[in-house]
Amino acid sequence: MKLEYIVGIVLVLFVAQFLYGLVMNPDSEFSGADSAAEDVIAEINPDYEPWFGGIGFEPPGGETESLLFALQAAIGSLIIGYTLGYYRGKNKVN
Amino acid sequence: MHIFEGFLPSPWWQIWFAVSIPVIIYGMYQMNKLVSERREVVPLLAVAGAFIFVLSSLKLPSAVTMSSSHPTGTGMAAILFGPAITSVLGVIVLLYQSLFLAHGGLTTLGANTASMAIIGPVVAYVFYRSASKAGMNFYLNIFLATALADLATYVITSVQLALAFPSEVGGVYASFTKFALIFAVTQIPLAAVEGALTALIMKYVVQIKSEVLVDLNVLSSAAVTKIKEAME
Repeated sequence: MKLEYIVGIVLVLFVAQFLYGLVMNPDSEFSGADSAAEDVIAEINPDYEPWFGGIGFEPPGGETESLLFALQAAIGSLIIGYTLGYYRGKNKVN
Repeated sequence: MHIFEGFLPSPWWQIWFAVSIPVIIYGMYQMNKLVSERREVVPLLAVAGAFIFVLSSLKLPSAVTMSSSHPTGTGMAAILFGPAITSVLGVIVLLYQSLFLAHGGLTTLGANTASMAIIGPVVAYVFYRSASKAGMNFYLNIFLATALADLATYVITSVQLALAFPSEVGGVYASFTKFALIFAVTQIPLAAVEGALTALIMKYVVQIKSEVLVDLNVLSSAAVTKIKEAME
């Protein structure tokens, strides 16, 4: 069980750094690092225009975007849970 | 780590495609070979791919820069199956995100593949193998290898952007510092979480399917016995 405790501590520390950041900077939205990089590009080269627009599906808003992200996580978790559960069950039978 | 669609000018987006495509093709060849020769590893391959799927969907906050980013999850696949096969798994996730979420893009797919699906995994693989030979503790090794791979991905993204957008004063290096301050620094707490989660899931893999790890040359059977004894 030792490793589980260590991972638990890492997760607690992670939440702590988030809460600490939130208290220190109450106005921050924790927006994506890639948009911050976009600002840097605009600063280095103000004339740069993206030369190609997206051809994929662009989620119409934050709600649909969270749905697709949740779907991505759900599909992944399902596969992990199913496979590890399958192995575990098989081990028990043998 | 996504470089947005259209945000890499010529010749950089072509260069990164040229770097990535041969690796992907080699990875597909390797994956085919693995799947046809060793049917018993297929579920584990699915787990490794799903792990990338899950972790790269988690947008986590980082108080270091007050922004959010996501882990990559590629370290585990790299340790289990090597960087070439991991690159194929990584491209699938990057395609999903660029086609359905407008994160990343098709023109920047080559660059995003190079950083997340190729160079990060190479770092994990090389670190794991060398530390394993040097006799490092298995879990610590997994933790460090995957956390470093995660960090390396973002360092490479910063390099890619710096090469394409050198500062007028200070050139590529000055730009690199700016991008790395956003990407790599944001990533520090996230890399630690990724390392810890990967170590944990690998513990369960050892517990329930250790013979596959021996088969894939990830652990020697002596090492498996030792780890299992420590679990008792």
